[in-house]
Amino acid sequence: MLQINNLHVSIEDKPILKGLTLSVNPGEVHAIMGPNGSGKSTLASVLAGRDLYEVTEGSIDYLGHDLHALEPEERALEGIFLAFQYPVELPGVSMSNFLRQAVNAQRAHRGEEGISAADFLNMMKERAAMVHMDADLRRRAVNEGFSGGEKKRNEIFQMAMLQPKLAILDETDSGLDIDALRIVSEGVNQLRSPERSFLVITHYQRLLNYIVPDVVHVLLDGRIVKTGGKVLALELEEKGYDWIKEETAVA
Amino acid sequence: MSTPSDESHLLENRFRDLFNANVGKTLNGHNAAIRDVRHEAIERFVTLGFPQRRAERWKYTNITQALTHHFALRLENDAAGVTRTRVDSLAIPGLDAFRAVLVNGHFQPALSDVAGLPAGMVVSSLDSAGQVHADILNAHFARYASHSDEPFIALNTAFVVGGLFVHIPRGVVMPRPLHILNLVSADADVFIQPRLLIVAGDHASGAIIETQHSFATAHTFTNSVVEVAVGRETQLTYHTIQQMRADDTLLTTLHAYQEAGSTFSATTATFEGGIVRNNVNVLPDAEGCASHLYGLVLGRDAMHVDNHTLVDHAKPNGYSNELYKHILDDQATGVFNGKVLVRIDAQKTNAYQSNKSVTLTDRARMFSKPELEIYADDVKCSHGATTGQLDHEAMFYLRSRGLSERQARVLMLTAFARDVIDTVKIEPLRVYLDTEMERLLHA
Repeated sequence: MLQINNLHVSIEDKPILKGLTLSVNPGEVHAIMGPNGSGKSTLASVLAGRDLYEVTEGSIDYLGHDLHALEPEERALEGIFLAFQYPVELPGVSMSNFLRQAVNAQRAHRGEEGISAADFLNMMKERAAMVHMDADLRRRAVNEGFSGGEKKRNEIFQMAMLQPKLAILDETDSGLDIDALRIVSEGVNQLRSPERSFLVITHYQRLLNYIVPDVVHVLLDGRIVKTGGKVLALELEEKGYDWIKEETAVA
Repeated sequence: MSTPSDESHLLENRFRDLFNANVGKTLNGHNAAIRDVRHEAIERFVTLGFPQRRAERWKYTNITQALTHHFALRLENDAAGVTRTRVDSLAIPGLDAFRAVLVNGHFQPALSDVAGLPAGMVVSSLDSAGQVHADILNAHFARYASHSDEPFIALNTAFVVGGLFVHIPRGVVMPRPLHILNLVSADADVFIQPRLLIVAGDHASGAIIETQHSFATAHTFTNSVVEVAVGRETQLTYHTIQQMRADDTLLTTLHAYQEAGSTFSATTATFEGGIVRNNVNVLPDAEGCASHLYGLVLGRDAMHVDNHTLVDHAKPNGYSNELYKHILDDQATGVFNGKVLVRIDAQKTNAYQSNKSVTLTDRARMFSKPELEIYADDVKCSHGATTGQLDHEAMFYLRSRGLSERQARVLMLTAFARDVIDTVKIEPLRVYLDTEMERLLHA
């Protein structure tokens, strides 16, 4: 589904990713772990198409598309979804107006008719319930005055509305208390399917107790330096990142 | 060779000559108040002359440039080919309203619909009001829009023809808004001067919507003056929606005079046009008045939209709130000059002003100048002005959900305008503003 080869990415001429290679198959959940500054969020941003970054070398193939050639909205229409680390507040933009346009953009892309008002309303209610969101949220402006936890729940709610093929969760656990973490994780787990892949980017192992990954990668200084099963996450939790740094230095 | 000032001086003489040629004929005035003030006003106009660019109030708007066409005046009343079908096409969908149509400044009873007005309420031409309601007209006409130092008011006052008179008598609650369609229609260059007088008695309430459209195929210059008298404890809202063409220059001046305990609200939305200059002046001249001034500008192409406002707090316990928003695309220019004057007697005044603008290109320009002059010491006043671009991160957020760049932009801009549009209490009008804005942003 996703094949990243020797990816080099800079921001304002400063190299952040330095030869990252990663392969994700349909239905897999990959966790990307790493200390601050290792390039985790850069990877998420580059995949979603944020234009602050410059790809200087390497390639990203997503379902046969050269991802680099696609605009952010084209990536979204092809099934990429980024759950933002810092979701943006949009005063004056209603949740329902925004999401209906997003859902209809997807439908138009698939050659389908726009969704009816009634169907859309039911869809909102049903998907909001997955993340225990107030059904009244359609009357609210996007993320305006939402608490940190509500914003993260809103990201997962949008994911549920848009049914992506590849979902990227960028530090979705940051700023969540244990209850919110559980709700958000349950929402994600309900969305797991053999066709849908996840890239779960996190600093801490805690989230991976709830969203159990198939593969865990350690990102260090812009490269994936270690890949393992879910036990790798537990090992990192226990021992920190230093031992990997040493191991990498020796190698 | 002639310098621009020679040029405009010639223009002033042309207006004086036109006045002399028509006074006593088309510029008759059955009403003494209108007749007498004409002579005073033309003299004043010739003395003042058109504003030059060095005049501070006209710093950003080169109005003399718009005056260089060979404009004819339309002093005779004719509907200029405007039919009921064309007027109907300008109706606001879903709006149930009385209708008053002006074509080139002349009231058109045949195109208007004022059946079922509340008892005593009058919608007529100024001519007719000068005969039938001379007492009301005499008490209010040319009392609020002073021609002593404003050349365009002087010029309008000298050439008043037809116009519109609206009287909402004491205690009358208008059951429906009054929709005034202020239209320009001509196939040669014209200079037209609509004049409106709205008098609302004590304890009355009502809403007026004025839409300004052009059916012209040549250059036009509109110099419109609206005077509004708001009686004691009366509530009146006045909305102006401007949708002219690039070849139209539109200059509007509104003067509202408020009596004790009254609430007046003026909303000006400029969506299409060439050069637009709006002067909104509110004088709450008694205790406990509330004044609301809202503005929304959608500037595209080479549009130039200049909003000048003045709230003149003269008496204690007043409240004013002002919010103007400009969206400027392409090479459009926006100007906001908002003056709040709190005179020495106007203690306990609360006055708020905010001007926010978005420029969408490097060529779009915004000039914002709040002016607060406060002479009373126990007041609360604030003002703020910001100009920025669309938030990059917000645009990325929307696009990352599959919205096109244009969809995201329209969503962001309608959201930006939301708090101004939401001040409009008449739902069909609010919906109209929203849909027109979306339509134009998508265009």
